[in-house]
Amino acid sequence: MTSPRISWLPKLVVAPSFVLGFLFIYGLIAWNGWLSVSASRLLPNYNFVGLAQYTALFDSERFHVALTNMAIFGLLFIGGAMAIGLLLAVLLDQKIRAEGVLRTIYLYPMAISFIVTGTAWKWMLNPGLGLEHLMQQWGFESFSFDWLINPDKAIYCVAIAGIWQSAGFVMALFLAGLRGIDDAIIKAAQVDGASLPRIYWRIVIPSLRPVFFSTLMVVSHLAIKSFDLVMALTAGGPGFATDLPATFMYAMAFSRGQIGLGAASATVMLATVAAIVVPYLYSELRTKR
Amino acid sequence: MNKTIRLSALALASAAALWTTAANAGEVEVLHWWTSGGEAKAAAALKATMQAKGHTWKDFAVAGGGGDSAMTVLKSRVVSGNAPAAAQIKGPSLQEWAAEGVLANMDVLAKAEKWDELLPKAIADGLKYKGNYIAAPVNVHRVNWVWANPEAMKKAGAKMPTTWDEFFVAAEALKKAGIIPVAHGGQNWQDFTTFESVALGVGGADFYKKALVQLDPDTLKSPTMLKALETFKKVKSYTDKNAPGRDWNLATAMVIKGEAGMQLMGDWAKGEFVAAGKVPGKDFVCAPAPGTAKSFTYNVDSFALFKLKDPANQKAQQDLASAILSPEFQETFNLNKGSIPVRLGMKLDKFDDCAKASAADFVASSKAGSLVPSIAHGMAVPSATEGAIKDVVSQFWNDDRMTAAAAMDKIALAAKTK
Repeated sequence: MTSPRISWLPKLVVAPSFVLGFLFIYGLIAWNGWLSVSASRLLPNYNFVGLAQYTALFDSERFHVALTNMAIFGLLFIGGAMAIGLLLAVLLDQKIRAEGVLRTIYLYPMAISFIVTGTAWKWMLNPGLGLEHLMQQWGFESFSFDWLINPDKAIYCVAIAGIWQSAGFVMALFLAGLRGIDDAIIKAAQVDGASLPRIYWRIVIPSLRPVFFSTLMVVSHLAIKSFDLVMALTAGGPGFATDLPATFMYAMAFSRGQIGLGAASATVMLATVAAIVVPYLYSELRTKR
Repeated sequence: MNKTIRLSALALASAAALWTTAANAGEVEVLHWWTSGGEAKAAAALKATMQAKGHTWKDFAVAGGGGDSAMTVLKSRVVSGNAPAAAQIKGPSLQEWAAEGVLANMDVLAKAEKWDELLPKAIADGLKYKGNYIAAPVNVHRVNWVWANPEAMKKAGAKMPTTWDEFFVAAEALKKAGIIPVAHGGQNWQDFTTFESVALGVGGADFYKKALVQLDPDTLKSPTMLKALETFKKVKSYTDKNAPGRDWNLATAMVIKGEAGMQLMGDWAKGEFVAAGKVPGKDFVCAPAPGTAKSFTYNVDSFALFKLKDPANQKAQQDLASAILSPEFQETFNLNKGSIPVRLGMKLDKFDDCAKASAADFVASSKAGSLVPSIAHGMAVPSATEGAIKDVVSQFWNDDRMTAAAAMDKIALAAKTK
């Protein structure tokens, strides 16, 4: 039993991490915000220029491409990873024989860094070296899969590589959630005569809501921070067709001496993420109570 | 007690001796990204020279081809007030750094060693800020080369082109013979390198200077620019489908192996040929890019020299700058790196034929006013503008729906980027 005298002890222990976290996360976010309204180019420069950097940012065609790509890639990646992960989890939940082995195999891609994934998929999707070449060698002369070199379709290749990497991880999370569901409910539904797909669709999946929430948080953060995957797979794509806000920010701030513009794009990224995550967080945590 | 006195006297004496030698010998910390084989050997030559003069060399190599990581590290060092003695910076970036007030004025040394006479004016001006020298140049790379495999050319019955019309004739012949006419790597800087050679060949040195160095809006939106863009796009039809994402040295390898006939690349490609044991003139041919025989697009690597507080380190920094422009270092460094010395009037006996031709053209074009800075390699305009134009050029190369006129408008807009 904690005596009132040492009730401040937990607070004291957590305080350093809290302070550091506050300073380095929120403090630096504030500094970035300040840089985005400053005239910074090669080095930080604290002259206030109002919204000039944001004007330049939204005038930039490359940034519009980056935002569109983030929307496409984000939706495909999150949707695809969640759907495939859930499907795999449901299938593995059927008390099959080699469950342990299969589970490990599906989870392995998560252990590889995004750079390795990007490079391997770059080779596989390259028309002259990979899938297209293979199929043509096997006799399907008219087979073509040149999405990687097509400016319009290259972003889908990035999504494919990303889904491959993360689906196993989502599967593991959902499997843990499924194992937590009470068997009695399932048996009761089966006695009532419900078919298995119907049981899953109406009973099991809705009760996985907390798992959905945490998985969505993890997968969206993976989607937004996608920098290494894009750099390894397409380095921004044919031209800048697979640019994402993260690669745009890096190019502007560090390669082109436009720190102010990079900071502005980072702030826009933060705003986009916050606009989606904060309401979801709020609604989920509110209903929990 | 005698022993103690003697011991302490000895300690004091040695400390004093150390202190006096330390006061004379400075330390130079040099930031660079020359980490590959030939480049590392070249950097080692500079280190040896500095150590021979009694200074300590603190190596600050940050790997990463284009220097992105090195530049990021440099920024954090400068902002924290702890700049290195020298950093590998080139082109208009030198003036950008000087505008921040962190580079040292080298005029005293430059006058003593007559740098104005040793360097062509175009290049010397690029190393100055408000008339004062702020950097020391190391080498000269020529960008407007075309490299060819003579066997492949002979097999196709194609001859080395001297104009862009001849280039397309040769490319057609190679295509008919089943050889990929142009080896290209689909990365935005390579697209841009090809474009600047086309623009120089189609428009000439004066057009290039007005359009891509001075960024004159009327020249950027002229019929010549339109022709340059159309010629540039036509080159793409002679590259292979797998070009996107390919590294430049893999494209050179295609020419070495005879899979491709020609490559438009700077003289660092020569290093690949030489490393593969090929002999210039026999196994590979170097020629100025079509239409650019009298022009020379230069890419000069240089070391920017930062303001230092310690007088001993300042002296060491002066010795570093002096060593960089010395004939011995210029020869050793450039033999290892594949470029030519930037110092005029040097003996070039040890250099190969391509380098000798390059050096002769360097002097001739400097006199004729056709020595132009490479925009694709950060020598002509600041990095923000260069990046914006590069984005448009690369987009035009990759997107078949974009017309040359639309690209021209976008380039004119991009040229306004600050």
